[in-house]
Amino acid sequence: MTRLIIGLVIAISSFSYSQNCSYIFLGELKDFHDGSPIESATIYQKENDKYAFSDLDGKFKIKNLCAGPLTLTISHANCETKTVSFNINSDTFKTILIEHHIEELKEVSVVAHVDKKETTTAQETVLKEQTLKKYAALSIGDALKEVAGVSSISTGSAIVKPMINGLHSSRLIMLNNNVRLQDQDWGIEHAPNIDVNVASQISVIKGAGALAYGGDAIGGVVVVNPERVFLEDTLFGKTTVTGQSNGRGYSLSTKLNKYTAKGWFAAVQGSLKQNGDFETPDYNLTNTGAKSKGFSFRGGKHNFESGFEIFYSYLNNEIGILKASHIGSIQDLVTAINSREPLVIEDFSYDINAPKQDVTHQLFKAMYYKRFTNFGKVNVQYDYQNNQRYEYDIRVGDDKYKPALDLELNTHTVMTDVILDAFSKTKVKFGLMGRYQNNFPDPDTGIRRLIPDYDKYDFGIYTTAEQRLNTNLTVDLGFRYDYNRIDAKKYYITSRWEERGYDEDFSDIIIDYIDSGTQLLANPVFNYHNFSASAGFQYLLNEHHGFIGNYSLSSRPPNASELFSDGLHHSAARIELGDLRLTKETSNRVSASYNYTSPPFKLTTEVFYNRIANFMYIEPTGIEQTIRGAFPVWSYLQTDAELYGIDLSADYHINEHFKFSNKSSYTVGTNIEDDKPLINIPGFKTLNTITYTNANWKQFSASLSSDWNFEQTRYPDNNFETYIAATEETVLVDVSTPPSAYQLLNLYSEVTLKTSAKTNLNIALSVNNLLDTKYRAYLNRLRYFADDLGRNVMLQLQFNY
Amino acid sequence: MKTIKYLFLSVLSLSALVSCSSDDDTPEVVNEEELITTVRLELTPATGEVVVLQSQDLDGDGPDAPIYTMEGDLVANTDYIGAVQFLNELENPAEDITLEVLEEGDDHQVFYTFTSATDSSFTYNDVDSDGNPIGVSTLFNSGAASTGNTLVVTLRHEPSKSADGVSAGDITNAGGATDAEVTFTYDVN
Repeated sequence: MTRLIIGLVIAISSFSYSQNCSYIFLGELKDFHDGSPIESATIYQKENDKYAFSDLDGKFKIKNLCAGPLTLTISHANCETKTVSFNINSDTFKTILIEHHIEELKEVSVVAHVDKKETTTAQETVLKEQTLKKYAALSIGDALKEVAGVSSISTGSAIVKPMINGLHSSRLIMLNNNVRLQDQDWGIEHAPNIDVNVASQISVIKGAGALAYGGDAIGGVVVVNPERVFLEDTLFGKTTVTGQSNGRGYSLSTKLNKYTAKGWFAAVQGSLKQNGDFETPDYNLTNTGAKSKGFSFRGGKHNFESGFEIFYSYLNNEIGILKASHIGSIQDLVTAINSREPLVIEDFSYDINAPKQDVTHQLFKAMYYKRFTNFGKVNVQYDYQNNQRYEYDIRVGDDKYKPALDLELNTHTVMTDVILDAFSKTKVKFGLMGRYQNNFPDPDTGIRRLIPDYDKYDFGIYTTAEQRLNTNLTVDLGFRYDYNRIDAKKYYITSRWEERGYDEDFSDIIIDYIDSGTQLLANPVFNYHNFSASAGFQYLLNEHHGFIGNYSLSSRPPNASELFSDGLHHSAARIELGDLRLTKETSNRVSASYNYTSPPFKLTTEVFYNRIANFMYIEPTGIEQTIRGAFPVWSYLQTDAELYGIDLSADYHINEHFKFSNKSSYTVGTNIEDDKPLINIPGFKTLNTITYTNANWKQFSASLSSDWNFEQTRYPDNNFETYIAATEETVLVDVSTPPSAYQLLNLYSEVTLKTSAKTNLNIALSVNNLLDTKYRAYLNRLRYFADDLGRNVMLQLQFNY
Repeated sequence: MKTIKYLFLSVLSLSALVSCSSDDDTPEVVNEEELITTVRLELTPATGEVVVLQSQDLDGDGPDAPIYTMEGDLVANTDYIGAVQFLNELENPAEDITLEVLEEGDDHQVFYTFTSATDSSFTYNDVDSDGNPIGVSTLFNSGAASTGNTLVVTLRHEPSKSADGVSAGDITNAGGATDAEVTFTYDVN
């Protein structure tokens, strides 16, 4: 038996020897991008279990090859390992392209790059998972306030809209996994529909410097990115459970990521949050409960040369609005403002009653990319978003459970962009975008539409270039053109149409008269052409000093609310009127940053000046009588405005364990034409934190921070007088004066326990508003009605596996 | 070459998307269901002329102010039975919202506030299921002869009827949301 086997082996080997085994394989290794030779790469021959190395010209030779398959695995310190196969039947010469500067390309980056930024010369701050995890139970608007210069404009504590250097809503672009969020962002009480738990990293870019995302980001861009894709066989995940005392809230969030060495990946994420009525130091905030359900799936294949991804996310938020803020007349508003406590205070409950919002946002995206040798990378993406917004008011009779507002917004976007990275010092990017959007306000609400039916078409084209002039200096430049067309159909009350003077300017767009002429149907169609540009430099003097300068030009066409608002805004007790004559607003923004790094000290200073021509804003223009009494009329107007400010962020490591940090920001906004302050600009704010860390003691860290918000003294006086029948007095309705300054102390502490070689448990205990301070915030729209939140103790367990 | 093909394809799909969507559906007109256009207070004496005070705003939140009318003359020191009506006259026939107010009597109350110089007075003449007034039906006394009297009629949704003075007709502590608030000026002869 043994003999037979030996015999067979001899026979086989002699058989193979009888073949020609003198072929030569000549290989040449080149960089994928610029064709430069790759030297000192290791080439492993699988069949022969031998190694070869590439020379200065990137060449290598393998001799004495037999006919048949040849598998080579090429590895290099700065390259993605690549395996190639050939079938050898003669002497062969092959050029093999490998990806050289891998560390610059985030898709295939194996080691997570620290602070991977979206821009080079814009004022950008990156928030990473370590920071974001504190906000698992809160909203994205809360998390973004970690960045100096970012504040929020909110309606209670569940509806929080980010504000960058005093600008918000339509002036910001929010991107979720490279999809521009389309979720009725014009409304102050419409929070962005992004679950903070999907984010692995968030970049906040101040100003319109990031032209690839849009030309209308007069305030800035928020880029929410999921996890990078790792090219290794791994499965990991995390589960976060949070409980909080205020509102008796809880949240559960879980994430699972699977990656393979071949590039396949899949990630699922789900989260669930609920809270009941929040409380101030003195009383319950009745009907401030909220419920949120989120789910997302992401999967695909990411390789260096090509890849694809599909992404789906679902988010539903049901949010109660403080009951005491439901008012119907100026008298109600006066009563609410004058009353120290809200007029409705009930016992704690998880119930969410009217007034409330119920918003569902779904997003689907499919993306494909391919790299071309000596050229670059081409991305093609399609995304679809469906935003269904219901708002419920306190109604009577048959309409009690009917929404007062029912908007469905559908958006389709296709875009493609090309990154030319064949040159090592120049990066050129260009792209195209096309978008179609339809808004459908359901007439079954039985309430006149707030926002009309419309179709909107957007087309954008841009190019950006970045050039590294030398090791210290990088410059960039970008241009973008956007075309927007809005085609709406809206019913006007004829008396309003005439009062606005539309009968003179827009008589040609009337398509029908209804109800014996008391209403009319108009078909406004507007086209906007917007040019935007950006130019900047980054100068790194040495390891300590860095400078960034940027100029950006951007313009924003009026949004649906600015054009079409027409009627009573109940919760604000005012009649809001849009204007069909509004034109686009144009911003010229200059910014400069200085970075100083010299351990143990680190400082970032950012200054900006933003001049906005035809700035759209709303302001009181008169009083109208209705069957509910008199109401002030607020109209959308345009003016020239300027904003300027400074944001500071400093860290000082006192010693191994203690660190002190400060974040401060100050913004000034002025209506230049009328020489008065802009409304809703945050006051001076300074956040000082002292942190103790001890890595040896289960990664323990504890920090105490003081969040000091100064009183805003620059505000427009929009107060007015009204007659109150019950007291037979004419009173001043103070809707303008900002509340006093306040200081909150917050405590945060955490430990990380190793549970096994690859798993750990992070336990965090935090107390917000430690001293149970009573306060009202200027940028909370419910400040007329109630105090802000009292002390909140939160316990969070995060299991990483 | 391939690159150009990709670019071309993407541009093509872009234009296809933009051009494929033109529906010329005319949206349905919405007639406001709960809109109160008219508040009408009918005062009926035991004998004599019925007096009607009315405030009507047919363009709702539109710019036109409500139109106030008064039919008949109020006679001094006379008892009247008051009946208030809230109507949506944009519907045809007009919708009587008073029925919903009565149906949800616990959640509604009508307040009648006179200026202090006015000698007229009223008392509630109806109750909800908790025994609190609704105020759709009232007993009204015209008081001494005088001119330029003012009466404010307010319909409140979800007032706090148990708050101090509310059941007696004092609106000060009532809270809730105002659904209608009209001011009548009248003379008593």
